[in-house]
Amino acid sequence: MHTIARYRYDMQRSRVYLDSGGSAPLSGRVADALRAGFAEGWADPARLSAESRRARALVDGSREAIADVLGARPELLHFTTSPHDAFARCIAGIHAARRGRHRIVVSAIERDALANAAAFTAPHSVDTVAVDTAGHVSIEGLAAALQSDEVALAAVQHANQELGTVQRLEDVARATQAADVPLLVDATSSIGHIDPPAYWDALVAHPADWGGPAGIGVLALEPHTRWLQAWPDGDDWAPGGISVPLALASAVALQEREEARREQNDRLAALVYRIRATAAQVPGVDVLGDPHERLPHVVTFSCLYVDGEVLLGELDRRGFAVGSGSACVSGTLEPSRVLAAVGALTHGNVRVALHPGVSEDDIERFLTELPDALDVVRKRIGAPHIAS
Amino acid sequence: MPIIMLAKAAKGLAAGTEITVLATDLAARYDVPAWARMTGNDFVGESETDGGALALTVRLRS
Repeated sequence: MHTIARYRYDMQRSRVYLDSGGSAPLSGRVADALRAGFAEGWADPARLSAESRRARALVDGSREAIADVLGARPELLHFTTSPHDAFARCIAGIHAARRGRHRIVVSAIERDALANAAAFTAPHSVDTVAVDTAGHVSIEGLAAALQSDEVALAAVQHANQELGTVQRLEDVARATQAADVPLLVDATSSIGHIDPPAYWDALVAHPADWGGPAGIGVLALEPHTRWLQAWPDGDDWAPGGISVPLALASAVALQEREEARREQNDRLAALVYRIRATAAQVPGVDVLGDPHERLPHVVTFSCLYVDGEVLLGELDRRGFAVGSGSACVSGTLEPSRVLAAVGALTHGNVRVALHPGVSEDDIERFLTELPDALDVVRKRIGAPHIAS
Repeated sequence: MPIIMLAKAAKGLAAGTEITVLATDLAARYDVPAWARMTGNDFVGESETDGGALALTVRLRS
């Protein structure tokens, strides 16, 4: 308790949190919704009492509110225990319904959770489609991979959590529809930040990414998307049921984001533009992702001659929390698939993901500290001088 | 870090010089071409040595 209290104090006093991908500080409204969910929705929504009906009404209302934003049918929107579980069940379920077709086509920059779920469901039968240096999936490559009549499903993300690049899903969907292959769209980095995707047969979203609580995922299916239960009897999409407070707070968070999105986006996009322009001026720094077709709140850059973890530690010491994206985890030899796929350095990466509470002053301070922090860690590693 | 060693080896060498990096670090396959792009040099190509290491060649421009 003491540690938590002190941490909150630090956050308020001087910390600048720039790592809001897949997690963000909860707003007052979302925290209130969580409390209300525990106060009003504690009963098991699957039972018959008045208390259970009240809990069920909260879940149903949350489902409708989220479905409304996604353009999904409420009865085909399922809460899951996490986006990871949504990927695993959705891929296994659709795959099981496509008898005789066993291959899965994925883009080279899908999330590890999705790529791992595909490899688990279809061992040695996953085909990877290349992306260009901005991170756009090759439509020709996708069409070629879909030529096989053994493809059960294809998965292409809406936007990349590191590069920020938004895919051209209209072209992607044209290719999957022509091949009559269901398309799973990972929207875990985009919902609440940009307009929801218009083309998908199955969609996964992540409430914690739009300012909701951790510990819950969202899966939406189109009416024509066929699936078979690929898990033990008695389980629905969320084994053991879902948490009513988490569902309620997820819906409230999404509504709050959507209300302020357009106005917030202009502000955040201007800050991201400023970061991109400034970082590009620093010697030996490469700014990644499509400059225009992108998420408004995410920017990643990679720095020559820098160990990413050391740079993160140096920035953390100076009061700034940033991410390393999916850059190579210490102790493993496998470099990040996303960074390798776009030809970027696989080390020295900094991902900045803004939440609505980040101010212009926060970013100015960050950009003032960045070159000096880079200098310090480069000197420590004995890096050669870089001509500007 | 292979590219730091590469940058130090490249220092003072004439334009047109080719340098081959031998690496067992899998990330070098991506980092050496990225280094060449970011430092204004050319990546020539990769091959594998008899010992199973990666051989990555760059040509210096300046």
